[in-house]
Amino acid sequence: MNTATTTADAPTQRTFFQKVRRMARRQPLGAGSAVFILLMLFVALFAEVVAPQDPLDMNFADQLIGPNLTYLLGTDELGRDIFSRIIYGSRTALQIGFISAFVGATLGLVLGVTSAYLGGWFDLIFQRIMDVFMAFPLIIMALAIVSVFGSGTWNVIIAITIPFIPKCARVVRSSALALRDIPYVDAARASGFSHTRIVLVHMVPNVMAPYLIMVTSFVGQAILLEASLSYLGLGVQEPTAAWGLMLRGGAEQFFESAPWVAIFPGLAITLAVFAFNLFGDALRDALDPKLRSM
Amino acid sequence: MHKYLVKRMLMMVPTLIGAAILVFTLMHMIPGDICALRYAGTGGSFDAGLIEICRDELGLNRPLYIQFFSWLGGFFIGDFGESMWTGRAISEEIGVRAVLSLQVAIMATIVSVIIAIPLGTISAIRQNTWIDYVVRCFSIAGIAMPSFWLGILIMLGLLWTTQHWFGQAWIPPIQYVSPIEDPIGNLTQLIWPALATGYRYSAVATRMTRSALLEVLREDYIRTARAKGVIEKLVVNRHALKNSMLPVVTVIGIEFAFLMGGLVVTEQVFNLNGLGKLFVDSVTNHDYALTQALVMLVAFIFVMMNIVIDLIYAWLDPRIRYS
Amino acid sequence: MQGIRAYAAAAVGVGMMLTTGAAIAETPKYGGHFTYVVPAKGPPSFDAHRETTYAVIHPVRPYYSTLLRVNPQNPADPADFVCDLCVGDVPKGTNDGKTFTFKLHEGVKFHDGTPLTSADVKASFDRIIFPPKGVSSARKSFYKMVESVDTPDASTVVFQLKYASTSFIPALAAPYNFIYSKAKLDMDQRWYEKNILGSGPFVFKEYQPGAFMTGEKNPDYYLKGLPYLDKITAIFANKESIQVQALRGNRASAQFRGFPPKTRDDLVRALGDKANVQETDWNCVLLATPNHTRKPFDDLRVRRALTLAVDRWGGSQYLSKIAIVKTVGGIVYPNHSLAATKEELMQMDGYKADLEASRAEARKLLEEAGMDLSKTYVFNNRGVDQPYKVVGVWLIDQWRQIGLKFEQKVQPTGPFYATLRESGDFDVSIDFNCQSIVNPPIDTSKYLSSDVNPANYSRVVDRKLDAMYEDMLLESDPAKQRVKMRAYEKYILHDQVTQMITLWWRRTTVHRSHFKGWKVSPSHYLGQALDTVWLDPDADK
Repeated sequence: MNTATTTADAPTQRTFFQKVRRMARRQPLGAGSAVFILLMLFVALFAEVVAPQDPLDMNFADQLIGPNLTYLLGTDELGRDIFSRIIYGSRTALQIGFISAFVGATLGLVLGVTSAYLGGWFDLIFQRIMDVFMAFPLIIMALAIVSVFGSGTWNVIIAITIPFIPKCARVVRSSALALRDIPYVDAARASGFSHTRIVLVHMVPNVMAPYLIMVTSFVGQAILLEASLSYLGLGVQEPTAAWGLMLRGGAEQFFESAPWVAIFPGLAITLAVFAFNLFGDALRDALDPKLRSM
Repeated sequence: MHKYLVKRMLMMVPTLIGAAILVFTLMHMIPGDICALRYAGTGGSFDAGLIEICRDELGLNRPLYIQFFSWLGGFFIGDFGESMWTGRAISEEIGVRAVLSLQVAIMATIVSVIIAIPLGTISAIRQNTWIDYVVRCFSIAGIAMPSFWLGILIMLGLLWTTQHWFGQAWIPPIQYVSPIEDPIGNLTQLIWPALATGYRYSAVATRMTRSALLEVLREDYIRTARAKGVIEKLVVNRHALKNSMLPVVTVIGIEFAFLMGGLVVTEQVFNLNGLGKLFVDSVTNHDYALTQALVMLVAFIFVMMNIVIDLIYAWLDPRIRYS
Repeated sequence: MQGIRAYAAAAVGVGMMLTTGAAIAETPKYGGHFTYVVPAKGPPSFDAHRETTYAVIHPVRPYYSTLLRVNPQNPADPADFVCDLCVGDVPKGTNDGKTFTFKLHEGVKFHDGTPLTSADVKASFDRIIFPPKGVSSARKSFYKMVESVDTPDASTVVFQLKYASTSFIPALAAPYNFIYSKAKLDMDQRWYEKNILGSGPFVFKEYQPGAFMTGEKNPDYYLKGLPYLDKITAIFANKESIQVQALRGNRASAQFRGFPPKTRDDLVRALGDKANVQETDWNCVLLATPNHTRKPFDDLRVRRALTLAVDRWGGSQYLSKIAIVKTVGGIVYPNHSLAATKEELMQMDGYKADLEASRAEARKLLEEAGMDLSKTYVFNNRGVDQPYKVVGVWLIDQWRQIGLKFEQKVQPTGPFYATLRESGDFDVSIDFNCQSIVNPPIDTSKYLSSDVNPANYSRVVDRKLDAMYEDMLLESDPAKQRVKMRAYEKYILHDQVTQMITLWWRRTTVHRSHFKGWKVSPSHYLGQALDTVWLDPDADK
C-alpha cells in the first residue's frame, strides 16, 4: 500500500479505496448512484433474507393497514406486506431491466456494427427495417406481444427488448461507420480475416463506450416501461411482486385513503430509475463526453 | 435541395410499407376478434348468429391478403375507411383527437424548452458545482418518475390543496373545450398534462443543452471571443447557444413526434380524448382498421419529423448543404 | 299480471339508503344542467337493438322511449314494470296469457316533429324479434314466445304469443328496446347506428366521439310535467380515478355503474353529506367454469372437489370489503322470487355450513379421482381488476386449501374471450353472466349445453340439463316454475357441477347529493331515462 503522496504522479498505483474516493469527489452523483444500485442488487439477490414477510401471503384481517412495526410500509388491499413486496419487486424490476437492456443493446450492437461494416445494400435495407421499428409505436408492439403470447414476465421482457434493438443499432452504426475505413480494419481485411472476426474482434471493442452508455440508460427505461405496461394492464401479472403492478389496481383506487399503497412502489421505481440515469450520466461523462446522439 | 427532398420523400415509402405490413401482421396475430368482443364482452345474452353477421359486415371473412391489399390500396388513394367499432369515418375519429393531441404536444414542448434551455445553460456554465448537481437531479428526477404516477400526484395535489385552502375540491375540467370557444377553460384543462409531460421531456433536452454547450465552450473561437473581453454572458447567449442548438433541436423534434402519438399513459390519467387513448382503445377493441390507420399516422409523423429536423439543421448551420 | 306481482312481493327492501336525503319525498325542482360520467370508452354504435353495452344505454337512453320500463320510483324491485309509451297499467295477458294489447299515448312525436304511431312500435319490435337478413338484433332469443306483432289501429299494438310465458313482460321491458321511426328504418335499417332520433324526454344535440354527448329538454314530451332537467351531458371516462375525482371536484354529479366499497368510503369521507350512497345486489355474477373436455376436469369428482373447497359464506364477508361482490347465491338473482333461499342453498355442495367437512370431502374426492396434485393447472382470467382479478386470486387461494395448485393466466378481454370461445386452452376459467332486466328464466339460459348456447364455455353437453331448462322455461305457473328452477339449479351446481357460481355482484352508487330522484336498480342498464331526476342547487349550500 502506497502513501497518499504518490497519487498525483502514479495513478496506476492508487488503492481501490483511493480510486473510489477520487471518483466520489469528481463524480459525486455517479458514485452515489452506484452505491444505490449495488444496494438494490443486494436486496434483489437476497430478497428471501431481507424481506420480513412472504410477499404473496394474503392476510384478510389486515387489509390496507398503514405503516407500523409489523408492516413497515403498510399492507395492500389483500393484506400483503408492501415492504416485502417492494423488496421482491426489486428482483422483478432488475430482472426485466438488466435482461432487456443487455439483450436489446447487444443485439443492437451486433446488428449496428455488421450493418456499418457490410454497407451497401445490406446497410440500406437494414436501415429501412430499423426505421420501421423506430417509427412503430412501442405500445402497439407491447400490446400485440403480450396479447399474442400472454403476459408473463418473459413476454414483458420481449416486448420491452424489441424497441431497444433499433435504438442501439442506430447509435452504434454511426460510431462504427467511422471505424470501417480506418487502417487497422483495412489491414485486417487485407490479412484475409473472416467478416465475423473483423466485426467481433476489430470493430465491436471500439464501440463499447456508446454500447455501455446505452445499456445503463436502457435499464432505467425498461423499469419505467414495465410500470407503464402494468398501468395499462399489460405488464407482469398477479400475484408476482412487481412495482408497476403494485401501482395499478389498488394504487389509484386507494390513493387517498391508503396513500402508502401508491407512494412507496412509485418511489421505488423513481429512485431506481433515478439511480440508473445518474449512473449513466456519470458513465457518459467518463467514457465519452462527446457522445450525445441519444 | 429539391432533389434531396424528393429523394427523402421516396425513402419514406419503404418505411411506411414496412410499418403497414408489421401492424397488419401483429394485429391479426392477437387472438380474438372485434365481433366476439362486441357481443360476448359484456357478459349479457346475445344471439349466436350475430357474430357471423358482424364479421361479414366488416369483411373479416375475406382471405387475409385481400383484406391487406384492399386496406393498403384504400390508403394510397386517401381512403382510410371506417372504424370497425363505431362505423364512423376514420378521418373523423382521428380528426377530433388530433386537435387535442397536437395542442398538448405543442404546449408540452414549450414547457420543456422553457425548462431545458435555461437549466441546461446554468448547468454548463457552473459545471461540477452544487448548482449543476441540483439541476441535474431535478431534471433526471422528472424522467425517472412513471408518468402516470406523476399525473396522479398532480391530480391529488390539486384536490388536496384546493380542498384545504379554498374549502372546495377542484379538478381541471374533464370535458374538452376548444381553445377558440373558451381559451381559459381550455388552458385550465390542458396545462396540467402539459406541465407533467413537459417536465418529463425536459430532462433529455436539458442534458443535451448542457453537454452541447460544454463542448462548444471549449472550442477555439469561443476562447477567442472570451479573450477579446466579451463578457461571459454574451458569449453564452450569442455564440455558444446558437451553435449548440443543433442537437437540442434534434432532441426536441424527436420528442415532439413522440408526443403526437405517444401520450398513451398520460392521456389515461387526465382523461384526455387524444390519439394515445384512441390508440389503446382501438387495439383493445381489435379495431384493425383504426389501429392500422393510427400506426401509419404515427409512423408518417415520425418520418416527416426526421426530414424537418434535417431541414432545420441546414437552416441553422449554413455549412450544411444538402444536394 | 299475477306472476309479476308475485315476484314483486319477494323483493321488498332490496335497495338501501345509507345517507341523508332522497328517501324523503321532496318537491322536484325544474331546470339545471346535469353532468354524469359514463365509465366506458364511448358507445360502439348508437343502435341499442344491436349493442349489448351500457356505454350505449347510459348516454343514449334519455333520447328514446320504450314500450314498457322498470318503475323509476321502485327500480330495486326486479318485477315492478310500468308503461312508458303505453297508457295505464301494464296489460294483463288475455286468451290464456297469449295476447297482450297495448294502448299508446296520443300525440307522441319524434324529435323531428313526425308523429309516433303503432306502426313505429311494430317496426321496432319486428326488427328486434324478426330481424331482416343482415340486421343484427342482439336479444332476438328473448322473444321466442312471440308469434306476431299487430297494429289494429294507429294507437294500439297487440303481441300474439305462441305460448304463455312469465318471461314475456320482463323481456319487453328491456332497456334496449328503443322505439325507432318506421320511416327512417324503411329508408335504411342501419340509419340508427350513427344517428339519434327518438321521442324520449331529451333531444339529442351533440356527440364528440369518445368524449361526451349532450342533449336538451324535450318540450313536447308526452309525460306531462317531465323531464325536470334542462340539459344533460354524459362524459366518457374509462378510469375509475377520473370518475372519483370528477365527483370530488363537482365536475360530474353521478356515475351510474357503481364503485368498489373502498372508493365509496373514500368519497363519503371526502364529501360528507354531499354524497348520496345507494346499494343493492347486482344482476351480474362471476362463475368458475371448468373445461369439461380437459382431463381431469371431465371427472365429476374433481369438479365436486372444486366447488366443495370454496368458502362462499366467508368469502362474502371479506371480499365484500374490497370488491364489488357480496351475496351468496345460486344461478338466480338473489332477490328474485325464483331464487333459492339460504336454507335451500345450504343443501348444496360448496354452500354447506361445515367448511372443514366439505374440504375434507374434497380432498377425499381428489384422491379417489387420482388427481395429480404436483401439477399446476391453468386458471384463465380476464385482465380487469374489479372484481375479476380479486375473485380469481381468492379462488386460487381456496383451491390451494385442498392441495390444488392453479396459476392465473390473465388476458386482455379480446384474447380472454378467444380462449373461452375458440381455443379452449384452460382448465378452469372465470366467466361472467350479467343481464339487464331481471328475468331469471331467460338469464339462466347461460347454463345450457354448450352446443345449444355457445355462451356456455364449459363445453358441457348434457341433454338432461337442456330438458330441465326447457321444462322450467315453459312453465307458466310461478310456484311450479320455482320448483323446476330449483331442480335445474341443483343439477348444475350440485349434481353435475357443470359450472360454479362464486358470489353475486354488489352495486354501490355514489352521487352528489344535489342529484335527486334517481334510485338504484339491480342492473346498471336500468332506470336511465333520466326524465324523473332533478337537481337541487340548495343541497350544495
